[in-house]
Amino acid sequence: MSAIAVDDVWKYFGDFPALRQITFSVNPGACIAILGRNGAGKTTLLRILAGLSRPAKGKVTVLGQDARDSATRRHVGVLGHGIAIYDELSALENLVLFGRIFGLKDPRRSAMEWLERTGLAHVRDGLVREFSRGMRQRLAVARAFLHDPEVLLLDEPFTALDDRAIALLQNLLREMLARGRTILMSTHQLREALELATHVGLISRGRLAFHGERPPEMLTDPSWLYRTYGEA
Amino acid sequence: MREKLIYALAAAGGLWLVRNLYVILLRLPDEVEQGAIYRIMFFHIPSWFVCFTAFFVAGAASAVYLARRRAGIDALAVSAVEVGVAFTAVGLVTGAIWARIIWGIWWTWDPRLTWALICLLVYLGYLMLRRAIDDPTERAKNSAVLCIFAFTSVVITYKAIDWWRTQHPGAVLSFRTGGGNIDPFMETMLYQNWLAWLLLAAAFVMIRMRQEETQREIDALRRMAHAL
Amino acid sequence: MRFARQCLTVAAKDLRSELRTKEAINASLSFAVVILLLFSFVFDPTGDTARELSGGLLWLVFAFAGALILNRSFSRELQNDCLDALIASPVPGSALFVGKTAANVLLLLGIEIVCLPVFGVFYNVRWTTRFWPLMLVLALGTWALAVIGTMFSALTVNLRLRELMLPMLVYPMLIPALMSAMRLTTVLISGEPLAGDELIWLRLLVGFDIIFTALAVALVDIVLVG
Repeated sequence: MSAIAVDDVWKYFGDFPALRQITFSVNPGACIAILGRNGAGKTTLLRILAGLSRPAKGKVTVLGQDARDSATRRHVGVLGHGIAIYDELSALENLVLFGRIFGLKDPRRSAMEWLERTGLAHVRDGLVREFSRGMRQRLAVARAFLHDPEVLLLDEPFTALDDRAIALLQNLLREMLARGRTILMSTHQLREALELATHVGLISRGRLAFHGERPPEMLTDPSWLYRTYGEA
Repeated sequence: MREKLIYALAAAGGLWLVRNLYVILLRLPDEVEQGAIYRIMFFHIPSWFVCFTAFFVAGAASAVYLARRRAGIDALAVSAVEVGVAFTAVGLVTGAIWARIIWGIWWTWDPRLTWALICLLVYLGYLMLRRAIDDPTERAKNSAVLCIFAFTSVVITYKAIDWWRTQHPGAVLSFRTGGGNIDPFMETMLYQNWLAWLLLAAAFVMIRMRQEETQREIDALRRMAHAL
Repeated sequence: MRFARQCLTVAAKDLRSELRTKEAINASLSFAVVILLLFSFVFDPTGDTARELSGGLLWLVFAFAGALILNRSFSRELQNDCLDALIASPVPGSALFVGKTAANVLLLLGIEIVCLPVFGVFYNVRWTTRFWPLMLVLALGTWALAVIGTMFSALTVNLRLRELMLPMLVYPMLIPALMSAMRLTTVLISGEPLAGDELIWLRLLVGFDIIFTALAVALVDIVLVG
């Protein structure tokens, strides 16, 4: 069974097809990087996978079940454009809150553990509003990993992060992959993504122009895919 | 094909309306108590019926839209609401003219009148909400939900004369009273005028739906152009 | 059981962040006092007229001041895209809605409880003669306000003009509940019991609560998921 299966998915804004006939699947333990220009439809696809949006046509299954199924979403982690952290709550309160929302057995313990791992334990009772940008980003990473997701969806994960957060995220992702978890990320930050990606997909004007194992050419020449399959 | 249907509906409705006007204005005698002004009822009551019909169609279309997500059904909902709002305005104005003659005042805060006004405001809110949302799919979905909520106000307006003691005349039509409150010929005339207006309203709705379709096409082309 | 726990988590979160910043509460409370003050210019504020108008006056205050609370309900989630994280979580839209409604009811009730004695003092009205029935009416009316307000707050959360749209949509829709609550409150503050014809208004209010809560719970998931 594939971890993510997308079958003939279409999404419209009015009559304008933002996604056309997207079909692909991701096996458990794989890391797929979805590439494409701004506005190509990467975020739209990711939102459908995360259960934030419904496809107009077609079927999306995550871990064998519908993407909007509440049992599925327990095992999916999402790191989107926003950090999805409440400014007026403390770091610990934020993580405990999301631990409860994801139905963890001991939200407090998991929260403490992740504060430790992201180097935020010393400020656990500080309000997020007072945090620096980097600290907020690390907290957002902790929030996304808190419930030990089987499938991780990341939307442009490296764009907004500072160096320390990027290093942290890459380590965590590597560890996830080693444990057989599945990762799907949209990005145009090729270098960071290709270090991890086992597979790549290219979306161009709403269509999946290419998907498959990462072509070996890309390690030495990251933009090879764009030139070969994308519009000029 | 659809072009022709619109013309046919509009022509049939228009001709029938002219014929009805002839009967109402020249054939029917004045009413005993109200005199000549009672003739406005042939427009007042049918316009409310058309408005209720239109809002019902809009509510049903919204429910179907949420189940099927077809843009055309959303176009039907918004077209029906716009036509319904126009007929609500006609109903309110004809009612006010009648009230000025019979009651001596344009308006009174009677439950039926108040609810009719609330109805108008609720559907104006619907049209405002549509204007405020940019993404057509999001707009269709959210306004469909609002349209279902809004229909409750139509039900209350319709039932207001039964639920409250109102100054507004009670039910006169035989399907609500069991008959005897109105001359059968006059009642038939009411229904005939309702049908004539209904045909015209259907033509309006279809014209409006075509505009919606064109608008959608333009939006899509514009987005396409931006994507290039 | 899990549904109840999820609602509770959401409600507790909303209350905690509101009580910590007090942005909406402070604005809403001071606005309520301003309206109470303004009403003193509308009519001769002696005990008798004030009693006769009490229901309408109080509920207008509650509804206007409440809009400030309801406006914040979903828009507070926009900061940092928290709303997306909640929708992508296992919490169903209905639990999110019920939790937020419950939090709003508590916040609104808090404001109303403060307004009542202020009203009593300003307008020289004894409002405690029928205390518990009055609390019942307050709770039912507030629930109606919160259900409609929270639902439409979700409906308008992504709009640029949401602060303007929300009152435009909420008040006309709320009229049946507002009408009953006004009527019942006037009766109770005048010291009369809820009996006879007044029970019809109570029924209308309860019916409104049930119908619109059911409708909102059924439709909120559609609204939240794009």
